[in-house]
Order: sequence, then structure tokens, then C-alpha cells
Amino acid sequence: MHRRVFLKGGALSLLTLGLSPSFLRRTALAMDLPRAARGKTLIVLFQRGAADALNVLVPFGDRDYYAARPQLAIGSPARPNGALGAIDLDGFLGLHPSLTGFKTLWDRGLLAPIQAVGSPSATRSHFDAQDYMETGTPDRKGTPDGWLNRYLAVKGTCESCAPGTDGIAGSPFRAVAMAAQTPRILEGASPVVAMNAIEEFSIRTNSGDAQQRLEALYRTGRSDVVHGSGRDMFEALKVLKAANPLQYRPANGAQYPRSPFGQRLQQIAQLIKAGVGLEVAFADVGGWDTHVNQGAAQGQLANRLRDFSDSVTSLVADLGDRMDDVLILTCSEFGRTVRQNGTGGTDHGHAGAMFVIGGSVHGRKVHGTWPGLAREQLYEGRDLALTTDFRAVFAEVTARHLGLTDTSAVFPGYRGGNGGSGGDGWLGVLR
Amino acid sequence: MHDRLGARPLVLLALATTMTVGACATASSTGEVAINGAAPMSESAQATLADREQTADQQVQHVLNRLAFGPRPQDVEAVRQLGVDAWMARQLAPERIDNDATEAMLRNYRTLDYTADRLLAEFPPPNVALAAAARRSNGPVSAEDSIALRKQARQAAQALGELASSRVARAVVSERQLEEVMVEFWTNHFNVFVGKNLVRYYLHDFDRTVRQHAMGDFRALLGAVAKSPAMLTYLDNWQSVADSGRPTLQQLPPRASARRAQALRRAAAQRGVTPQQMERVQQLQQRRRGLNENYARELMELHTLGVDGGYTQQDVVEVARALTGWTLERGAQGGGFVFRPQTHDAGAKTILGVKFPAGRGLEEGEAVLDLLARHPKTAEFIATKLARRFVSDSPPPALVARAASTFRRTNGDIRETVRTIVTSAEFFSADAYRAKVKSPFELVVSTLRAMQAPADATARSAQLVARLGQPIYGHQAPNGYPDTGEAWMNTGAILNRINFGITVAADRVPGVRLARWPAYDSLRSLDRAAQVDGVIRTLLGGATSNETREVLMSGTNPLLTRRGGMAADGQPSPAGLAQIVGLALGAPEFQRR
Repeated sequence: MHRRVFLKGGALSLLTLGLSPSFLRRTALAMDLPRAARGKTLIVLFQRGAADALNVLVPFGDRDYYAARPQLAIGSPARPNGALGAIDLDGFLGLHPSLTGFKTLWDRGLLAPIQAVGSPSATRSHFDAQDYMETGTPDRKGTPDGWLNRYLAVKGTCESCAPGTDGIAGSPFRAVAMAAQTPRILEGASPVVAMNAIEEFSIRTNSGDAQQRLEALYRTGRSDVVHGSGRDMFEALKVLKAANPLQYRPANGAQYPRSPFGQRLQQIAQLIKAGVGLEVAFADVGGWDTHVNQGAAQGQLANRLRDFSDSVTSLVADLGDRMDDVLILTCSEFGRTVRQNGTGGTDHGHAGAMFVIGGSVHGRKVHGTWPGLAREQLYEGRDLALTTDFRAVFAEVTARHLGLTDTSAVFPGYRGGNGGSGGDGWLGVLR
Repeated sequence: MHDRLGARPLVLLALATTMTVGACATASSTGEVAINGAAPMSESAQATLADREQTADQQVQHVLNRLAFGPRPQDVEAVRQLGVDAWMARQLAPERIDNDATEAMLRNYRTLDYTADRLLAEFPPPNVALAAAARRSNGPVSAEDSIALRKQARQAAQALGELASSRVARAVVSERQLEEVMVEFWTNHFNVFVGKNLVRYYLHDFDRTVRQHAMGDFRALLGAVAKSPAMLTYLDNWQSVADSGRPTLQQLPPRASARRAQALRRAAAQRGVTPQQMERVQQLQQRRRGLNENYARELMELHTLGVDGGYTQQDVVEVARALTGWTLERGAQGGGFVFRPQTHDAGAKTILGVKFPAGRGLEEGEAVLDLLARHPKTAEFIATKLARRFVSDSPPPALVARAASTFRRTNGDIRETVRTIVTSAEFFSADAYRAKVKSPFELVVSTLRAMQAPADATARSAQLVARLGQPIYGHQAPNGYPDTGEAWMNTGAILNRINFGITVAADRVPGVRLARWPAYDSLRSLDRAAQVDGVIRTLLGGATSNETREVLMSGTNPLLTRRGGMAADGQPSPAGLAQIVGLALGAPEFQRR
């Protein structure tokens, strides 16, 4: 309530200064709209390094899984002598025991896991596979922009649209990467803010009036791209100041892990709640390239997964009802070999697993189909085969969550969008 | 003035046309071009001093911002003394510029002259080191080993990062500024990404390659890049082999086949299966090998013809076939360039309408590069990019046409093409003045130069460039960083740039000390107005908008502020000057060159 008053006051006082705080005005207005008309937000989380999907979404019902991983396999849910086993989802697939938070989301119908999903490209190079996943163009090098940025550019900045109907498209915080540099997925023509932390988005001076004078430098003079960016930036600073991110307290008892990943997710929640017009957010987390000493129910991967699960679950708790308008999408460039290797780990594989989380998902169901782990069922004799193209998921989310009617410009060359089981042609991850 | 502006493009276009149809043109030793039967160059294409729209002072600033990475404090006077044209002529002949101080500075770096093999041996990639440790301990890696591995990885990152640091340092202190500008230009044109496979080990070599040809012959540069381990790896050509079923130039030698059979028997015995079963598994495990079009496509789209260069998908396939067998001695493990006839597609090809007979080897790929380098679309594409770098985001078409003409006439002489551009009337037009937004690299380097900072031997200057959004060798896609103001300017970028200026003025950037700035001593004791004028003169090229001057003048009186309070001797304080410098570096004017 306080925030709303402040924003309106802020916008008004800017008006009196002769500025044109168009997005501020729309921000303030958007706060008054019924929830249904509020803008949608998509949060994409990238697990860099190729997460071992078979130990994330565990096929405990597949005998070949245990044959291939004598030391690394996660036990079936009904374990004798109290050992940690998989968390049963549908009698065949389960979650790694570190993903207890995800099980809560599953029970609430907020979690949609997708099995055997990934890139149709045969590459096992981290670099190429991440590139393909972020550009949305498998096996096509040289795509200049990322698919999230193409979405932003295609949808455009709808200045004349009524507030709420099209998000707050003119906002400087329409697309934010919680990262030091703009990631590939957000590279492109549409403006993006990349920052490690919200407090980085500030003028680093405490000497009296320096900030006002800097602002004055950009207020006067020509109306070119340099001055325009400067004016937008100083407006954005005011929005953030109003959001008061340093005084943030997560809601609903959410306790984010102190890890860099957890902190980044908390900041995404802050931006969403501050009403700065965030439409697309991105964060990534490394450490998934587990060639050595991967561990099973406990160990290296288990620790990674706990941080991952706790961070995402805190974000969902913190956002509360807003999860009706927010969708979280997790992905990783490929999966890992079915067989464990000679150093207690797994090597680069093929298909992986993804999670879509939010109030609008088709929950309590593992999506996609299981290809099997018998040798003749494996991709190139060694890896989990692909049954769902990642673009089927990306395109459905872009169309049905973000509301883009035609996704062909976002995923050029992809025509598989209408082959799913959702009746209307989609995979059916979203309701 | 306006009349002249209107008429000029027509004249130039006409001239360009004459040149393309082959008017006899000769280059004199000064680089001026005389054309038989046409008006003398000095009255047409090449701008005389009187033709130039920019004032004498602007020209000095302009050449220092375009042919160099911005002026150092003493440069403006030096260029004025020597004359703008003489200074440009000098920069166009870098081999004649004494650069001993820079060479001496570079000796501070340990690894710059290392070969890729030596880098790989002394700083092995983490997974190689890890595998070695795992072999030693015969199982999981011990805690001690983990610590040692981490230390090793840090040292490797440091050594491999030296190259990026040296790029910034050279740009700051080198006397051969135009050469450094061209190194930056070609490195970006032939973009490679540090994060792909072993590319980071090949960059030292790649930089030497680009540097060798940066002002030279385009065809030589193109060929050297095509054979560089960095490009062969980055765009996958090292693993592009003739599709199965296609005849290759040479069969696998019998000894290699024997070695392969022996390895198969060994592996089968280890796993307790028959060699036949093992072969089947290996076949399944091996990636489908064959033609990889990646390099062939970018070679035409980004390196030569341009995306509208008129080639077809079939041309991409045929070029890829011609370049099969261009690979690395030890494949994924590195080594230098080698041509392998066993994997070279020996069939006939047709590329851009030109027939290439069957049965040719390495020379076939060379002929393809000849064809592409001499193609008129390539001249046009390279001329456009150079004009965009030196003149404006949308360079005048007539100028591009003349530069392309020079490129064709000289068979891709880079120096002469650049000369055509930077001696043109368009280059010295009023529109071109400060028309370019600095890239992050240019912003950091021009700041360090303006502040007379010495070369920074640490990684920090390169990190500053990265933080501002342009990590050196850090662009993933093959198209390189953009060269337009729109691409570099947005909310986040301008904030980071303003903060960078503040950081510099607060002495928190390596090598920058306000007190060592040459203007410091003369300005520190002057009054506010004189300080502001001094800062505008030295950092903003002398002329700036009244509004900017007013803002620099306004604000708290430095004599009264707390932190910048009166110095003990009652003189105006350096903190006030620091604030003016910080504002100036963060001002819109300083974002342009």
C-alpha cells in the first residue's frame, strides 16, 4: 500500500519536472488493475554443465537404470532399512531425495516435470548445446540473438496498449538477467538489464549532489540514443528506489538459501513484487558437470539439487498468489550417460529433464514419454533418447503463458509445436 | 555549404562508376590516387583541407578518436604540430613507427609468445588435469589433489587471461594506434569464442596471426585465419570430413588400419566382449561423422561475401566439401594445421558458378578462398564494415563504393582501403564528428589514455571492459560484437558507464591516479570556472554544449563541501576537481568518439 502511494507520488513529481515517465505512469496504474489483467512473468533458470537428468527425475521403475548405475543409482521409493530413495511421483518416475521442496509443489499441482526432453542436435559439446538451447535453433550456428530476446522483440513495446493488457512493455526492467553479462538467451535487439544484484543498479557515489548533476547532463541537450538511454536509466533508478529493495522481507516465511543462486532468485521476487514491469527474468547456476564423484542420494549432485530445490521453492512461496501470473522454467543443455563412468560420475549424454512451475501448469503429471533404457532404446547406444524437443516446451510457454499468438519468428524453422497431446496441438504442460 | 553537400554524392558516385569499369588507376607513393582522364583526386574524391567541414581543432580530435583510441593529453598538440594529414600517413605505415616502449612493456607478460602446445603443456585444461589425478589415485580424487587442481586451474586462467589484458594494454600505450584499431577490427570480424573447447589455448597464436596481417593483404589474412587452430576449432572445420560414400583423395594408410584393429581387440578384451561386438558399440557411440557446414557458411556470410552475398545453400555445401581435410594435427587435442587427404572429399564441385574439377587437394580450398576474397560482394562487405567503423553507423554509400573500388583495384590491400576512407571528405564531414558511440573496449581504453594511465599488467582493465558488456574473446556467436550505437546503448549500459567514470575519478581504476594526470597540477589551484574549462579542454575535446558546461559548473561549491573541504592551505581542493572529472567522464559527450 505504501509502495503504491509512493509510486504515484513519484510519477507525479517527475511530471512536474517535465519528464516523460511513461512506464512509471503505467506501472502505477497497473497496480490498481485486477489481478487477472496483470502482466505475466516468465523466469528461466539454466543449469549450466548438463544436469544428470536420470538422477533428477529418477526412473526407479526401469530395471535397466539400476543395471547401468550400480553405485550411482537412486534407490526406489520403498527402501528397506530407511535408506534415502527416490520420491515417488507416478509409480515409475520419482524425484531425487534432495528435491523434497519440489514434491510439495507437485502435491499442490504447481509442478510439471518433463521427461526425456532436450535438443535434437547430436552435439555433446557444452558450448554448442547451450548455444542451441539459448538461441532456440538447434544445429544452427550463427543465430545472432537468443530466443527470449526474439520473443521480446517480436512482441514489441506496445506503447499505446492499455495498461495490463500487454505487460508494461516500455519498462527498463522488462527483461532482467541476474548475471554479470547479458546471457546468450537474452542477447539481441530488445533492451535487457544484466546485473549481479539489485544494489548494483545504482550510481556509485555518495558525494552529495553528484547524482542529480549526472542526471542533469542527460536531461539537457540532444535527443539521441545516448541521452535517451541516460534518461531512461535515471527513471529506472527512481522505480527501484521506490521498490526499496534493500529493505526487502520475503513473504510467507520463505527462507532463501544464502547461496548466490538463492539470492538471485530472491532478487527476482523483489523485482516482481516491486511492480517494475518485469516480464522475462533469467538466472543460471553451474556445477552440474559431474564427471567425477557425483554421489547418489547424498554427495555432490545431491547438494547441488538441494540448493536448487530450496531456492526455487522459496521463490514460489515468496511469490504466493502471484504464481498465477508467474511461470518458472528450468533447463540444462543435455543429459548425461546412462552408464556411470570409471571415476564415480557420468559423461555427456543426450536427452534431459525440465521442470515448469506455476499456477497455470498441468500439474500432478509427468509430461512427455519414456523411451526406455535398454541398449537398443538408447541414443547412439549410450544415452537417454529424446522424445520431446525443447522447443515444444519453449513454444508452448511463449504462446500460452506470455500470450504470443505466432511463435514462428521466435523459433524459426520449428514446426513441431502442434504435435503434442494437449488436444489443441500443444504438449499440454500448461492448463 | 549546403549546395556542396547536396552535389557531392553525385560526383563521387560517378567517379566510383568510372573506377569499377576499369579506368586506369595508379597509386602514388603517398597513397594519393590519380586517374587518367578523370579530374585529379585532390579536387574530387580525396578531400582537400578546404573541403573538410570540420574545423582544424575538430579534425585533430576526430583522427585521434578514429585512427587511435582517443587522445592522450600530449597527443592533441603533437598532431597539431605534425599536421593531421602527416599524422594519418604515419599511422598508415605502422612498420615505420618506433614502438620499443610498447615492446618493452609486453615483456612483463609471461606467456604472450607461447605456442598453443606450450600453453597446453604448462597449463593443462581442468578435465585433463583431473583425469591425470584420477589415474594417479586409481579412483576418486583425494582432497589434497582437489586443492592442487583448483590452484592449477587458477594459474591456468591467469596465464590464459594475459592475452586479453595485453590487448587492452597495447591499445592504451602503443604508438601504432591505427594498427591496434585494425587488430581490434579484424579480431571482431573473425570472431572466435574463448569458451569453446580448446580455443582459449589457441588465442595467443590467433592474435599473432591477426596482427601480422591487420594492415596487409586481405587474402593472406583470410587464409591465415582459415588455417588457425582457433577458427578451425571454433567453427568446427577440424572435424568436417567427406560424407561416407564420397570418394576421398587418399585411403587410410594400411598401418593406421592395423593400429585401429589392434586397439579394438584390446578394448574388447578389457570388457569381455568379442571384437565384433565392440566395433558395433563403438560405431553406435561414435557421433555421425561427415560434412560440417559451419565454417563454410560463416566464411561466406560473415568473413567475405556478407549475408546478401548471393550464395546458396548448395554453395555452402560445396565450399564445406572443398574444405574437408583442413584440420588439426591432433584433432580435439590440438596441434597445428594439417591437410588430410584421407578425409578430403575428392569429387568435383561447383561454387558460385565456378567449376572445380575432381581430384584436387589443399590447393582446392586455397582456390575457393581466392574466389571469395576477390569477389565484388566481398569488397563491398568489407568496405561497408570499415566505413562503419571509421565514419558512421550508416556510412554514405558513395564512400563505401569508393572504398570497395580501392579494395578490388588493389586485390584486397587493407591499408589502401582504409586510406581511401580516412582521407575522404565524408570522413571529415560535420555529420561524422562524434557520430560514433564508443564500444566498452573503446570507452575503457580512451579513458585510460585520457588520464595518461600506464599499461596495466594485471587482468583488471580487461575485466572492466568485460563488466561494461564486451568481454574480450567472449562473444559466443560468430558475428562478433555489433558496431552501432543502438546496440551499445541501453539503460544498464549507460549506468555502468557513468559508474565507470566515477570509479576512475575516485582513483579506483588500475593505473589511474588523478594526481598523476598531467592537467592536475595546472588545474588544482584554479577557480571552478577555470577547472571546468580545463577539464572540457582536455577530456571532452574542447567544445561541449552550454548545458554540459553549466552542469559541470553547478553543484556544491567544492570549497564548501565536507569531503572535498578546504585543503589545509586554503586552496581549492582536489576533490572538487575529481568531481568535475567524474562528471565529464560520465557525460554523454565522453560516450562518443
